[in-house]
Amino acid sequence: MTDFHNGLLAVKSDESNSSLSAITALNKSGAESFLQQEIPTRKTEAWKFTSLFNFTSNEEGYGRLAETHSAAGLDGITTIPALDAQRLVFVNGQYSEELSSNTAHKNVVRFSQANEAQQAIIADNLGTAIEQEKHIFAALNNAITTDGVLVHIEKNEQLKTNIQITHITTPQAKPFTVAARLLIVLETGATATVVEHFASNDDEQNCFVNAITEVKVGDNARLNHYRLQLMQEGSIQMGGVHIDLGRDANYDSFQLGLGAKIVRNDINLNHNVGGSHCEIVGVYLPQNKQLIDFHSNIEHKVANCTTNEVFRGIMADKSKAVFNGRIHIHPDAQKTLAGLSNKNLLLSNDATINTKPELEIYADDVRCAHGATIAQLDEQARFYLQSRGISAAEADVMLSFGFINELLENLELDAIRNLIRPLLAQRFGRDEELMKHIG
Amino acid sequence: MLTIKDLKASVEGKDILKGLNLDIKPGEIHAIMGPNGAGKSTLGNVLAGRDDYEVTNGSAELEGTNLLDMEAEERARLGLFLAFQYPVEIPGVSNLEFLKASVDSVRAAQGKDALDSVTFLKLARAKCKLVNLDQSFLKRGVNEGFSGGEKKRNEIMQMMLLEPKICILDETDSGLDIDALQVVAEGVNSLRDPNRSFIIVTHYQRLLDYIVPDFVHVLANGKIVKSGGKELALELEEKGYAWLEDAAENGAD
Repeated sequence: MTDFHNGLLAVKSDESNSSLSAITALNKSGAESFLQQEIPTRKTEAWKFTSLFNFTSNEEGYGRLAETHSAAGLDGITTIPALDAQRLVFVNGQYSEELSSNTAHKNVVRFSQANEAQQAIIADNLGTAIEQEKHIFAALNNAITTDGVLVHIEKNEQLKTNIQITHITTPQAKPFTVAARLLIVLETGATATVVEHFASNDDEQNCFVNAITEVKVGDNARLNHYRLQLMQEGSIQMGGVHIDLGRDANYDSFQLGLGAKIVRNDINLNHNVGGSHCEIVGVYLPQNKQLIDFHSNIEHKVANCTTNEVFRGIMADKSKAVFNGRIHIHPDAQKTLAGLSNKNLLLSNDATINTKPELEIYADDVRCAHGATIAQLDEQARFYLQSRGISAAEADVMLSFGFINELLENLELDAIRNLIRPLLAQRFGRDEELMKHIG
Repeated sequence: MLTIKDLKASVEGKDILKGLNLDIKPGEIHAIMGPNGAGKSTLGNVLAGRDDYEVTNGSAELEGTNLLDMEAEERARLGLFLAFQYPVEIPGVSNLEFLKASVDSVRAAQGKDALDSVTFLKLARAKCKLVNLDQSFLKRGVNEGFSGGEKKRNEIMQMMLLEPKICILDETDSGLDIDALQVVAEGVNSLRDPNRSFIIVTHYQRLLDYIVPDFVHVLANGKIVKSGGKELALELEEKGYAWLEDAAENGAD
C-alpha cells in the first residue's frame, strides 16, 4: 500500500457510495485487489515498454475529482455530426443534462437511475467480464466507480438508434480523476451500435481518465462498438474493454487513439461458448511526446471461433506506441481461425514502436496467421505520385494518410468516418474540404 | 519539343539503352515499336525520372531544358506525362485527392492558383465521362481494384486533366479489349494539338489504326534501328522484328 494507491482511492468517499449493493460490493473487492497490486514499472512484463513516470511522478497526484463541470462551449466537441444517436454526455465525470439527448431512452440508463429490472441486470453482469487481479486499472475502476452507464438490449431487439456515450474533460486547477464505466449487455439475438467517445477541450489537460467498458454479447447477438479517444496532449487515460462472447455472437469493433500524454488500453476478449466471431480494427497516431499502448488479449477457450485483428499506427516526432497482440488458443479450441496484423510507420527517427504479436496455440486443428511490421512507404506508389507532379514530401504524406484511411473505408457508420477523416486530414495536412467529397 | 541525344541507360548494371536518338517536333506523334526487352519501357521510365534507372550518357531536352537532372515531379510540372504500363494501386488514397494534388502541383508550377474543390470536382467528373469511367471511380482508392482497362482509362483521364506538352504512352494498349482501346485512342486524339506531342510505345500495330502516327521507329537492342512513316507499322506486323534485330546486331559489331 502506497501513497500512490491511497491517493487514487481517495476520490471515492463514503458519502459517494452508490445505493446499489452490487456497486458497493464491487468497490470493496476492487479496492482490495487494487491495493494488492504493485504500481507497474518497466520490470512488470505487461508494462515493459510503457513508462508510467509522467503519471506517478506528478507531485500533486491525481487523487481528486474535478471541481467544475460546466457544459459551456462544449457542444462542438461533443457532437458527432450526422450521427443519429441517443447521447449521454459527461463533463469531467459528471452527467450533463444540457449536452445529453433530452429524452430518456429505454435501452440506456445511468446506474443511479436504473429501475428494478435494470438494477438486476447490473447486479448480474457488472464486473463479470473482468479479471481485475490482472489489470490494475480495472481494479481501480472497480474500486472507485460510483455511477456508470448501462446499455441493455433485450432479446431479439434490433436497435436502430445508435448510442453515443461521450466523456469530455476540461481544464481544472489541479490534476483530477474521472472514473468512467460502461456496461453493455446484449441479450440473445440482439443487435446494437455503441459509440464511446472521449474528448477534451484544451491543450493543457491534467486529467486522468480511468475508463472501463464491459461488454456481454449474448448468443447470436451482434455489437458494433466504436471507441474513439480524441483527447488532447496532456490527458492520461488508462483502461480498456473487457468482452465476453456467447454462442455465435459477433463483436465488431473500431478503436482510435489519436494521442495523449499516456494512453493505455487493454482489450480482453473471451470466446466462451463457440461459433463466435470478433473483428477488431485499431488505429493509433501519436505525435510530439505522446505515448499510446494497446494491449490486446484474445482467449479462444472453445472450438469454432474466429478472430480478425488489424491494428495500424503512425508515430510522428518523439512519440511512442506499444502494441501487444496476444491470441491464446486453448486445447479445446479446435477449428479456430485467427488472424492478427499490425503495421507501423515511423515518421521520424525519434519515434518508437514496440510491437509484439503473441500466438499461444495449444490446439492442433487451427489456422492462425500473424504479422507485425514496421513498414516503409511503397517506392512504386511514391514514384507514381511524383510522376504526376506531386513532390516526394507530399507523396509521403498522402501515402501515410492512405495507410490509415484504408482502414476507415470499411467502417459501417459513415458519420464516424466523416468525423475521423478530417482529423486525419488535419494531422497530415490534407485538404479537409476535399475529404468531404470522398466519403 | 523533345530532343533525345545519344541516350544510354542501365538497370542494375545492365545496359538497356545504348545510344538512342530521337527528335520530336510540336504536334507530332511518334510510335516506338519493338520486340520485348528492346528497351521500350526503359525509355519511358528514364524520361519520367524513375530512380531505378541510371543514365550513363546523353541528354533529353524538353523545349531546351535538360530533363535528366530533374526530379520526377519537376519533369511532370514542366509538361512531361508518362501513362504507365502498369499503373500502381494505392489503397486509402482516393483517386480524387490524388488527381487534385497532381493538378494543383502542375498549376502551381505554371503560376496558376489551385482550383477550389467544387470546381475541380466538376472538371474531374467531366473527364471521367470522356473516358467512360463511372464517377464512383473518383472516390475509390487510386487504381484500387480497377480492371486493366479501367486503369488505362484512368491514366488517360489524368493526361486530360494535366494537359501535358509531351505524352508518353507506355504500352497503354497491352491487354485491352477493342472497346477500351477505342476509348484510349479517342482520348489521345482529342488531345492532339499543334503544341502537344506524343510518344506511343507499343508492341502491337493495332493501336496505330486508331492513333495514326507521323513517324514509326523500331527500337531493338537499345537503339532505334529503323524509322519510317505509318506504313512501317504494317510492315512490322507482317514481317515481325527478327530481320531488324539481326540487322541491328550486325550493324553494331
